[in-house]
Amino acid sequence: MTIKTIAGVNVDVNDEGYMNDASQWNKEVAAGIAAEENVELTDQHFELFEWMREKVANGETLTLRGIGKSGVVDAKQFYKMFPGAPLKKATKIAGVPKPTSCI
Amino acid sequence: MEKEKKMPLQKIMLICSKGTLEDVYAALVMANGAVMEGIETKMFFTFFGLDAITKKTMDKLHTSTVGNPSMRMPGGLPFPTMLGGLPGVEAGVSKMMRKQMDELDMPPVSEFLELITAGGGEIYACKLAADMFKLTKEDLSDEVTDIITVGDLYGMCDGEGVQIVFT
Repeated sequence: MTIKTIAGVNVDVNDEGYMNDASQWNKEVAAGIAAEENVELTDQHFELFEWMREKVANGETLTLRGIGKSGVVDAKQFYKMFPGAPLKKATKIAGVPKPTSCI
Repeated sequence: MEKEKKMPLQKIMLICSKGTLEDVYAALVMANGAVMEGIETKMFFTFFGLDAITKKTMDKLHTSTVGNPSMRMPGGLPFPTMLGGLPGVEAGVSKMMRKQMDELDMPPVSEFLELITAGGGEIYACKLAADMFKLTKEDLSDEVTDIITVGDLYGMCDGEGVQIVFT
């Protein structure tokens, strides 16, 4: 466990940079992590983060298919919003644990 | 001894030659997983694997209830091969399996192909097998980029950090 200062907030992160405590998350922290991941955030990103955080809070597993059907974005847009490894990057920036799903 | 240099996987070619539900999904899950990791992903479907990209058959794939020692009854009892051979049993069992997979958010084959191409993955069909089964581009899913030869396949696998996986 490491404490990292992102956007002036002391954030508790694991070895891979995922936040351990979702309650420490705010928009500025998200922007800080996004900058490290080379992702430029838009309103749509934040809309998706809200959706993802709610799912995780309800104990649901995040999958690419689920996000594609979220009504916020489709799979193609999702790949475009987080170039490279979308689910990994999105969860990291949204301040939720790294997904354990294979799909 | 010099420390071994790490060579991350950059590109993968997955070849699927079988049309049973489990073989096709194994290839699709691996391909989708690679796309999600940002690995350049290509899939090559050949022989009975073509069923997985043929419009008519792709969402109706079966698992074999005969000669499949891992087949179990719900509850874990062995599944008698004699029973597996009865008409309709294979279709019923396969339908049940597809339903269970759907509950785990594993999409039907047609949708899985869309997810893979949404992330930039490419789907190809084998020319020789397509000729053999008399299939044309129109019979195949819209997600299929092209029907190609084995030579084309190897041509696509150039570069560093490339793996070809035959499933």
